[in-house]
Amino acid sequence: MALYSEKVMDHFMNPRNVGSIENASGVGEVGNAKCGDIMKIYLQIENDIIVDVKFETFGCGSAIASSSMATEMILGKSIHEAMALTNKAVAEALDGLPAHKMHCSVLAEEAIKNALKDYFDKNHIPYDPADFPELDHDELHEAVHGED
Amino acid sequence: MHVYADNAATTRVSKTALDAMLPYFTEIYGNPSSLHSVGQEAKEALENARERIAGHLGCQPREIYFTSGGTESDNMAIRTAAALGARKGKRHIISTAFEHHAVLHTLKKLEKEGFEVTLLSVKDDHNITADQVRAALREDTCLVTCMFANNEIGSVLPVREIGAVCKEAGVIFHTDAVQAVGHLPIHVKDDNIDMLSLSGHKFHGPRGVGVLYIRRGIAPANLIEGGGQERGKRPGTENLPGIMGMAAALDDAIANMDAHTAHVTALRDKLIAGLSKIPHCVLNGDPVDRLPGNVSFCFEGIEGESLLLLLDAKGICASSGSACTSGSLDPSHVLLAIGRPHEIAHGSLRLSLCADNTDEEIDHILAVVPQVVEYLRKMSPVWKDLEAGKRQYITP
Ligand SMILES: Cc1ncc(COP(=O)(O)O)c(C=O)c1O
Repeated sequence: MALYSEKVMDHFMNPRNVGSIENASGVGEVGNAKCGDIMKIYLQIENDIIVDVKFETFGCGSAIASSSMATEMILGKSIHEAMALTNKAVAEALDGLPAHKMHCSVLAEEAIKNALKDYFDKNHIPYDPADFPELDHDELHEAVHGED
Repeated sequence: MHVYADNAATTRVSKTALDAMLPYFTEIYGNPSSLHSVGQEAKEALENARERIAGHLGCQPREIYFTSGGTESDNMAIRTAAALGARKGKRHIISTAFEHHAVLHTLKKLEKEGFEVTLLSVKDDHNITADQVRAALREDTCLVTCMFANNEIGSVLPVREIGAVCKEAGVIFHTDAVQAVGHLPIHVKDDNIDMLSLSGHKFHGPRGVGVLYIRRGIAPANLIEGGGQERGKRPGTENLPGIMGMAAALDDAIANMDAHTAHVTALRDKLIAGLSKIPHCVLNGDPVDRLPGNVSFCFEGIEGESLLLLLDAKGICASSGSACTSGSLDPSHVLLAIGRPHEIAHGSLRLSLCADNTDEEIDHILAVVPQVVEYLRKMSPVWKDLEAGKRQYITP
């Protein structure tokens, strides 16, 4: 199927880091079942380094591929590097996503940010709330889907 | 193994249909409107095809209008009744909530033009009754348009009874029979049908060609203007190869209908029985009055597009009504119309069979689908929550 790039298909067919982490340092979940995609990211953090990351995703091919790619991109990185991960970077690493699937990469970025926020909250680490804007899922969809 | 189970989307052109088409590209390629012999030969073929198709539908050849397919036929039928209604000040139309977009979007446009549309609910039985139609009829109703069979969930509507109700009330009855023609017995007079849409590519004919039957006495409304083809009502040089292929495919479908129905129904029932064993799934559509080839399920905790991609990787071509496959925000309007919540409408799978499918192919599907569903559920946070009791199952 030429719907997706080879990279997307590879990460969809052979997703990296699927699963969960018990007693994870931080857990983030975004999306909702009504819209058809939910991503959950588990982080294991030691000395500010993401030593393990796992994901669970309910969603389409690009949602699964975006989760897989995003987890690969932050594994072994510092939390600051993970904070800087953008949805654009995820989409580019996948050799692009169809326009109406860009929200999948946004979800991946948000899920990671959510997990990091959970980690900061649990450990009373101060952060700038502006780095974690509340995301309305319906709006997000509309923004990327347009009038459809 | 390669299994094509998406015959409701389109079918493979049969050898018979292809063979019937080819001479009209290179040998009898004349324009049926030309006076010379090649043109007249083409004209004869055109009228022969019209007669055969009329014979299969139980109408007169002059009641057959060749179109570019189901979409155009639906548009033209609805526009025809609307124009007649408007002339008498009747601007109310009755239809169902699970029609094809060719019907629904035409009705939406008519609403903007001042028509009122009642969409009958299909929530309870995944079907409608003639009584629902009767109850919705008004003094100013100018059209009832109900599909013969639903393309996504396979429900077959009680068309003859609906037609009788319309006849009694003197209201025009149109049926989008795109999924039914060639698969179910149809006789427009016995079934009380005033207008009927069909499309060549749903019964192993070519795409881009279809028919609108309009009962004599109903004046067709043009969608486009042009020359005198199709009695001036559907102008444009006729797609003769397409028409010949469609007529041959329909000859075939009608001649073999009993055998095909028996074969396909058996495969369908085996597939439904097998897939029903997957935990937390639900069959969509009328379990009894159902197209011979339609299998439609919703699975909890998974999303349809990823399901389709994995099935495709295992050689199975199917379709889904998830939002991601419809290219819009919402899952299929048909699944929502039968009351499926968004959460499980996203996890839908349609397998649509034809006479070419084999028992081995069904075994392959039955081996693969449960595996793939389980695989996707294992990585689904929704499924995990369902299992943990943090989220309520929707299906039994
Ligand atoms: C019920 C129904 N109506 C109309 C159509 C449109 O037919 P066509 O593709 O020939 O325009 C289809 C098929 O796509 C259909 O299933």
